[in-house]
Amino acid sequence: MPQLAFALIALITVGSALGLILKRNAIHGALFLVVNLGSVAALYLTLGAEFLAAAQVIVYAGAIMVLFVFAIMVLIPGKEETGPDPRRPWRLLALPAGGLLLVLVLAVVLGTRGPTPVGSPAPGGVEAIGRLLFGDYLFPFELTSVLLLAAMVGVLLLARRRAS
Amino acid sequence: MVPESYYLALSATLFSIGVVGVIIRRNPLVIFMSIELMLNAANLAFVAFGHRLGSNDGQALVFFVMAVAAAEVAVGLAIIVAIFRLRRRLSVDDLSLMRW
Repeated sequence: MPQLAFALIALITVGSALGLILKRNAIHGALFLVVNLGSVAALYLTLGAEFLAAAQVIVYAGAIMVLFVFAIMVLIPGKEETGPDPRRPWRLLALPAGGLLLVLVLAVVLGTRGPTPVGSPAPGGVEAIGRLLFGDYLFPFELTSVLLLAAMVGVLLLARRRAS
Repeated sequence: MVPESYYLALSATLFSIGVVGVIIRRNPLVIFMSIELMLNAANLAFVAFGHRLGSNDGQALVFFVMAVAAAEVAVGLAIIVAIFRLRRRLSVDDLSLMRW
């Protein structure tokens, strides 16, 4: 039964990822990406990472995708990619390159044994993550807030209209 | 029980799809979304490894990746909007000013 659930979610994940890069309309791509992020959250659930699944839905599928959809609506793209592409043969080289990358990474992932698995799973739950974030990872956690502040100031500067 | 290598293979597949998307698309917004796809693939690998090693460190790292991705998206979209204001068009082929 877990195998069946994994196969189903993996199918949805890969299919929505392909939809993102194959659909011409950017807004369709954004909706495919929402499906993709949601199915990755489901995969987190199957791995026992409940906190991350919730954070994924709230931060990625909620906040970040709203930003994307907002930008797409404001910029009204979609016309750019309808014209003929002068560099089409070069762009199509990405397909064999991507296939080669996939084969190489799969050979590494499936060909090596990797770290020896530990029998017992970690004591999961939000409490363990919180203790980790505010204990061992306290300094990076505080740096994250500085990073977000810097991003906010930078965005304000970029979005300002030049007073001419 | 699903072995973790399945999750890693799925993560590799998603990452490759993201790489192909970055190269073949001309709309910077779609390129950005493909980058998000690659970040998610890496996050999935983190969680799968954390599960295999019986440790929560992978999940903490994914938390930081999410925060950095949020900051990156905000700055990147602001840059794209600024470019659109300047040029009234939105195609990466036009942005060749700094090309060697």
